[in-house]
Amino acid sequence: MSEYNVLIVEDSPTMRQLIAFALKRIRGVRIVEASDGVDGLKKLSSERFDLILTDINMPIMDGLKLVSLVRNDSNYKSIPIVVITTEGAQEDRERALALGANDYITKPIQPTKILDVAKALLKIS
Amino acid sequence: MQKDDDRLVHNRGDEFLQVFKKGAEFTQDLLRENERLRFRLLELEKNSGTSGEAPDGELKKLSERIASLEQEKQEILGRIRQIEEENQDFAARYLEIEDENNNLANLYIASYQLHSTLDFKEVLQIITEIIINLIGAEEFAILLLDEKSADLHAVASEGVAREEIPLVRLGRGVIGEVASSGESYYAREVDHYQRDFAAPMVCIPLKIKDHVIGVLAIYQLLMQKKKFAPVDYELFTLLAGHAATAIFSARLYSDSERKLSTIQGFIDLLTK
Repeated sequence: MSEYNVLIVEDSPTMRQLIAFALKRIRGVRIVEASDGVDGLKKLSSERFDLILTDINMPIMDGLKLVSLVRNDSNYKSIPIVVITTEGAQEDRERALALGANDYITKPIQPTKILDVAKALLKIS
Repeated sequence: MQKDDDRLVHNRGDEFLQVFKKGAEFTQDLLRENERLRFRLLELEKNSGTSGEAPDGELKKLSERIASLEQEKQEILGRIRQIEEENQDFAARYLEIEDENNNLANLYIASYQLHSTLDFKEVLQIITEIIINLIGAEEFAILLLDEKSADLHAVASEGVAREEIPLVRLGRGVIGEVASSGESYYAREVDHYQRDFAAPMVCIPLKIKDHVIGVLAIYQLLMQKKKFAPVDYELFTLLAGHAATAIFSARLYSDSERKLSTIQGFIDLLTK
């Protein structure tokens, strides 16, 4: 039985692998991958998640829309969300946080940064 | 009269004797007290002599013990400092190894992804993803060499339209020189670099052994990426080799697929 269920929503398989690699350092973590926002919502409805990491720029449904839908759904609104994006501008960060994201990571991907943010939101010391 | 005198003398003699006895007793008492006091004095002297000598010895021993303990304390404190320094070294080393591990993982994943497909478009897409997500470039292009015309033309780009990327003659300009020499080019000033299609910020040859099949030209980094990290140069080296073989394999595969399809068409035509 896994202790933490984490959902990665990202259209790039390379990125999914990189994020998953960083998160696998957490003992007892189980990772579920989704390729876009719609796929992410489908996976969310099938089991309980402790954390969501999502890209912003994705086909079908982008990450910001996903954040908004999750925050407005009473079943999922307490799940912490981390947004991962190439957009480094302050207004992009504020937009994501205003929609309900708990944290914001910019690319290029740094596994230690992902791990630190995930641990903080999962309340792992 | 004589008798009275005798009685008187006798009485006085008795009195004198009584007084003398009392005097003797008093003298005896004095002698005993004197003896007792002398004994007491000796005892006190003995005691004071013992308590005088012993504290000096004891103090000396205690001082030596304190000095020894002080030395031990200093040694322990020194050891603690040494262990703390060692711990800091270990922590720094751990972070270095952690970084190295992450970098290796990035390189492994990039390499794994590059060779995960034989589809030419997918290979270009993966190279693009690696450059955006791992290197942090915002504007770049992948140019391949047409060996017949000796021109380099863009087959993929990010942040700029592919049509905007000019055709480059082999050996001409920064890009042409990189393609002909097989040596990477890095602009001196990354901070103040202004986009120039003829002189990119970074130009990496895509080569299989010494054979250059194209180049990767980077024109701009993501706004949060201020400079290149050591791992970026490793990624460039990886891209130079692995991206080239992945592109070459994919092109070869699609060519052979196309030829196979043509041959199959002929065979079908002949056997009908």
